Amino acid sequence: MIFVGTAWKVGDHVDTDAIIPARHLVTTDPEALARHCFEDLDPGLAARIQPGDILVAGENFGQGSSREHAPIAIKAAGIACVVARSYARIFYRNAFNIGLPLLECADLHDATESGDRISVDNETGRIVNETRGTTHTAAPLPEFMRTLIAAGGIIEYVRRQVAPGRGGA
Amino acid sequence: MGMTLTEKILAAHAGVERVRPGELIEARVDFCFANDITAPLAFREFERIGLPAVFDRERVALVPDHYAPSKDIASAEQCRSVREFAHRYGIVHYYEIGRAGIGHVMLAEMGLALPGEVFVGADSHTCTHGALGAFSTGVGSSDLAAVMATGRLWFRVPETLRFVFRGQPAPWVTGKDLILQVIGDIGVDGARYRAMEFAGEALRHLSMDERFTMTNMAIEAGAKNGIMEPDATVLDWVTPRAQRRFEPVFADPDAEYAAVYEYCADELEPLVAVPSSPGIVVPVNFAAGVPVDQCFIGTCTNGRIEDLRVAARVLAGRTVHPRTRLLVIPATPAIYRQAMEEDLIRVFLDAGAVIGAPTCGPCIGGHMGVLASGEVCVSTSSRNFIGRMGHRDSRVYLSGPAVAAATAVMGRVAHPEEVLS
Ligand code: SF4
Repeated sequence: MIFVGTAWKVGDHVDTDAIIPARHLVTTDPEALARHCFEDLDPGLAARIQPGDILVAGENFGQGSSREHAPIAIKAAGIACVVARSYARIFYRNAFNIGLPLLECADLHDATESGDRISVDNETGRIVNETRGTTHTAAPLPEFMRTLIAAGGIIEYVRRQVAPGRGGA
Repeated sequence: MGMTLTEKILAAHAGVERVRPGELIEARVDFCFANDITAPLAFREFERIGLPAVFDRERVALVPDHYAPSKDIASAEQCRSVREFAHRYGIVHYYEIGRAGIGHVMLAEMGLALPGEVFVGADSHTCTHGALGAFSTGVGSSDLAAVMATGRLWFRVPETLRFVFRGQPAPWVTGKDLILQVIGDIGVDGARYRAMEFAGEALRHLSMDERFTMTNMAIEAGAKNGIMEPDATVLDWVTPRAQRRFEPVFADPDAEYAAVYEYCADELEPLVAVPSSPGIVVPVNFAAGVPVDQCFIGTCTNGRIEDLRVAARVLAGRTVHPRTRLLVIPATPAIYRQAMEEDLIRVFLDAGAVIGAPTCGPCIGGHMGVLASGEVCVSTSSRNFIGRMGHRDSRVYLSGPAVAAATAVMGRVAHPEEVLS
């Protein structure tokens, strides 16, 4: 899958309260969560994101709580994939489970500003900042993550385990 | 080479002789739980799996603790969905307000988290139970749904960082200060994907309550789990309340650690994490004098009886500063009752504090003490991220209960000795 979109850059250690403040966790509706995505970090950001855009983050993205509402809000806000230097572990699992692709890349963050046009090849890990003409490589996905993605997420994976023959399609 | 405590527990639950860091395993889960915020998402995913029952009705807990008592109609709907799911699937450990407290505190108190077990919760502070010598970790709602369905979950075996505390903690130094010191040193991602194991003779001077504070905040260094050996303090505490048989597990003497850090507990002092990261930690005297609007004593980090005792020692015969508010929230009904029996509640009321119903309350800025713009709070909780307790321009300092109580009296960040001298 190749994603092409506008980059939105956030810093290091962006926490789940910055992604979706807990005061809004009174709903599980993705659209309602998306409206408040990043509101304490950058109040106008959610409104500027267009479907297909790419989030470029620094170290330890998604630190803090286990709220799955965080990747859900990012995805529903229109972000097609996230490229960060590194991720907090619960966020990492959650994003794969809800179908938000994540890539790890050491040098894209420094080479990118918000508004740049970026393309990301999810399979090969090749990332191009088309605005600046730089090319970057994402770390390969851990094998089990590929298995999970191929299965369609943890829930599909479990469905196949507990009810063989039912998870086919 | 032998295995660490975390590795041994995971190997036993994966049904294999041994595991090594980095390995992917599928492990049996002894107990799992979710709260009123994470459970509704987990239910949706669980129902997609399409099973008629959870893997074991006695090994799933549902605890409405975040927005309970409900703060508005939307949170009431979420609490109702938890209640309905619990009835529909015959969940044994579902607790209504009045019986429920903060999940991480209550489930251990009830003897539902046990040494040697694998415990998974849809809440990041599930790492708290590691103080009992369990492998306990937080996951998201989909993973929790998978556990509810199968009683199993995949894990990457973490490397272990070992933190050894020598000596005896100095006066006013508590478990909170030990863990803040560590997070300040290694940073908010210093233990990312790893296990944090706490050890050393200083732990012998810490109550169970203080130990829970330490493992509770392992997540603030990015850790997968925090853990301690189940020594005599643990076994004395857990044995009379255990609801299942358990087998304590101990590390091999030749276990391999990714790194070992040593501390002299005698040299530590009361600390605070300053806005807006649990990783920016300074001695309380460095922040002394900052005017404070609100102090909050409670949460899964520091809302236990020992915390309330320490706070009451500072507050006894004193009153909260006229320009400051103090909220005290016992983490569970049992702690509330104990505090009443020990007359701590009277001390708090006499001082001018508000006593809240057992709940997470202001910790996540949703209700019961939300901060206005520009306000400053000293809180015994675990996170002080921007907007965590209210307006994005409010600021939160994290401390132990003694510093929070002293600060409430002085109306500015204060060392407990300032109040008691
Ligand atoms: S008290 Fe705070 S940190 Fe603990 S479970 Fe509740 S919201 Fe989370």
